[in-house]
Amino acid sequence: MSKMVIDTGNHIAGYAAKAARVQVVAAYPITPQSPVVEQIAEFVERGEMDAEYIRVESEHSAMTACIGAAAAGARTFTATSAQGLALMHEMLHWASGARLPIVMAVVNRAMAPPWTIWADFSDSLSQRDTGWIQFYCASNQEIFDTVLQAYKLCENQQVLLPAMVCFEGFILSHTSMPVKIPDQEAIDDFLPPYDPAWVLDVDNPLSHGNMVSPEWYMEFRYFIQEAMDNAKRLIPEIDKEYGRRFGFEYGGHIEQYRCEDADLVLLSMGTIGSEARIAVDNLRKQGVKVGSARLRVFRPFPREEIRRLVKDAQMVTAIDRQISFGIEGPLFTEVKASLYGEQDRPLAAGFIAGLGGRDVTFHDVEKIAMKSFEWLKTGKVEEEVKWIGLRA
Amino acid sequence: MIKAPKHLKDLPITPLSRPTVASTGITGFWRTFRPILEPAKCNRCLICWIFCPEGCIKRGTEDMPEIDYDYCKGCGICANECRLGAIKMEREGL
Amino acid sequence: MDWFKSVKQMVALKELPKEEWILSGNAACAGCGASLSLRLTYKALGPRTVFVIPACCTTVIAGPFPYTAFSSPLLNMAFEATAAATSGVVAAFRKRGIKDVTVVGWAGDGGTADIGIQALSGAAERETDFIYIMYDNESYMNTGIQRSGSTPYGAWTTTTPTGKRQNKKNMPLIMAAHDVPYVATACISYPLDLIAKLRKAKEMKGTRYIQILTPCPPGWRFSTEKTIEMGRLSVQTGMWALFEFDQGRFRLSGPSAALIDKEKRKPIEDYLQKQGRFEHLTKEDVTMIQKWIDQTWENYKKLQLNVYSP
Repeated sequence: MSKMVIDTGNHIAGYAAKAARVQVVAAYPITPQSPVVEQIAEFVERGEMDAEYIRVESEHSAMTACIGAAAAGARTFTATSAQGLALMHEMLHWASGARLPIVMAVVNRAMAPPWTIWADFSDSLSQRDTGWIQFYCASNQEIFDTVLQAYKLCENQQVLLPAMVCFEGFILSHTSMPVKIPDQEAIDDFLPPYDPAWVLDVDNPLSHGNMVSPEWYMEFRYFIQEAMDNAKRLIPEIDKEYGRRFGFEYGGHIEQYRCEDADLVLLSMGTIGSEARIAVDNLRKQGVKVGSARLRVFRPFPREEIRRLVKDAQMVTAIDRQISFGIEGPLFTEVKASLYGEQDRPLAAGFIAGLGGRDVTFHDVEKIAMKSFEWLKTGKVEEEVKWIGLRA
Repeated sequence: MIKAPKHLKDLPITPLSRPTVASTGITGFWRTFRPILEPAKCNRCLICWIFCPEGCIKRGTEDMPEIDYDYCKGCGICANECRLGAIKMEREGL
Repeated sequence: MDWFKSVKQMVALKELPKEEWILSGNAACAGCGASLSLRLTYKALGPRTVFVIPACCTTVIAGPFPYTAFSSPLLNMAFEATAAATSGVVAAFRKRGIKDVTVVGWAGDGGTADIGIQALSGAAERETDFIYIMYDNESYMNTGIQRSGSTPYGAWTTTTPTGKRQNKKNMPLIMAAHDVPYVATACISYPLDLIAKLRKAKEMKGTRYIQILTPCPPGWRFSTEKTIEMGRLSVQTGMWALFEFDQGRFRLSGPSAALIDKEKRKPIEDYLQKQGRFEHLTKEDVTMIQKWIDQTWENYKKLQLNVYSP
């Protein structure tokens, strides 16, 4: 029987780990992620979730324990934020290099100093080179669905990469929303038990991770890139299948809203994408032809999707909840990189918004849209990196 | 002996290795001195066998030690530990 | 005297398995103490053993892809992460119902006493069911003989060229303070003692910690044939003691038991003079080291009488 719950994003992530029949969880608390691991602890101790729960002593050990458990053949899950994710950085590389399909909930929180507990994407986007698939959610339902889709994707023998399911701290993690949890039998049919590609087995001994000379290292990296390309292909397929089975789907790589005839496409990730829909409706009422595209997947970056999306648009504006110091927002950079080879390129602008949990409302998105149109009229983007909401 | 991969398709997706003797080659070539056992002096106490770091002293017929010169690195521990002086180190290749 | 003892041990030696599970032709140095400790560990635990090892000398001994010198499963791991990865392996095996497999976290002194201590402490506090073995060559040997927390006072290393100023970190006592069911020290020069302790540990549950002194010819500066001699001298001078904390109860083992009597301990010069890493020591240094050893053995006396707890 499916059921409706009304609960916070964090607790829903816990529900999803339980639904995915995760076998080993190793996690360390950090605000605003702690309720995820608390929920899982409750499930395990009440006997509702049949998993081993390792209450590790740091995030670095959390990811390491997940790697050990996955190498020993278990489906694993963990969760973290900001400093914790940064502490795990070394082991993020390890998980992808070892081709272990670990799924991790990242409750986005801005990096310190200054100390903050509020959201931006500086934690997850800082890890974009580590070979992890990255999903960005905009609702609690999506968090639940994406965790399940992530396991299905990651455990596919053509992928075998770990994935982050990211959602903004407090905005989603601590906000209650109604979520439909499908029937467990139906979930089991969608997500069969984990079948590892390699495993530690005394009856079939192997060593993993021995030294590799320059003669072969590049090839192992090439395989990861290949896997990312496979993931890019499979993501919309899995999303569609999930939609058929459970009634929820998110447009594959990009959730598009009123982009078909848009002159300006607003590109964003996470909840800014939700706000953007309201802004789009308001602006459309005034006759402005604008659309919102919420990138659901940052890694692998959906270049082909982006090119198709803006084919008939005159301008694309990227709203980044992160800045890569020394250049600009990563979403902006990668959008431009995707469009560079195109014959007809739209004008492109990038905005920095919402760092450290600064509220980004549909008013702000409307401002961004109007600024973009201003530049579109003159045909020139006046500021390469435009900060929204900065105090004077 | 595992064959070294030549082509992309020979590689596993992640570095997985299988148990192999001579993983670093025929380490007998490392030697400057080689241990020579005099069976007449040996009482088969197995001290040399247990202390060989390489495990390349084998227990032969009735536990008579047999040194595997393919892999013996010539460290000299066996000669140094033998209480009866049954093993002597001799200069290689002279 | 030693020869007569070894005659007594002949019977037990003969019963040890003939099979070698660390395959020949590996990259260990000639005379490597760590290599021998690994070989002896396999003889004690057998081939149904899964090893997790960090970056260390053993990584080199394992050899380059696509080969490995280990004939049972091995998971290479990041430097500080041994005990955490092992926790994960243990949990997964338990969840999957895989029994009759020994899971061992195997690390050097750097990966245990320094960078790896957090993970080990956490795993021990969680009562993780595994054997953790620290092979102690008293420096970061794999990266070229830099000092570790386990380097003894006065030793030359490349990062303490005039000699380490601090004492050796007391890992066995630190682990005993974690209230784990079994802590033991061992030395490759006393193989039957080491194997007996490992086999005892194998039958127990919970976190079992064993620290093995493994002399290193290039790092300690002595000729390769003297590896076993160095280990023996370390025990005979009292520099290294063989003991157990069995369910919290301290007991000196093997040849160390008699050395409670100071007269029976060889003077520390016998040990220090034979290694190049100590050749710069002054008379004052040696006196200080001797005093420190005597003080340590006073503590062992108290521990044995249950007067003092770590």
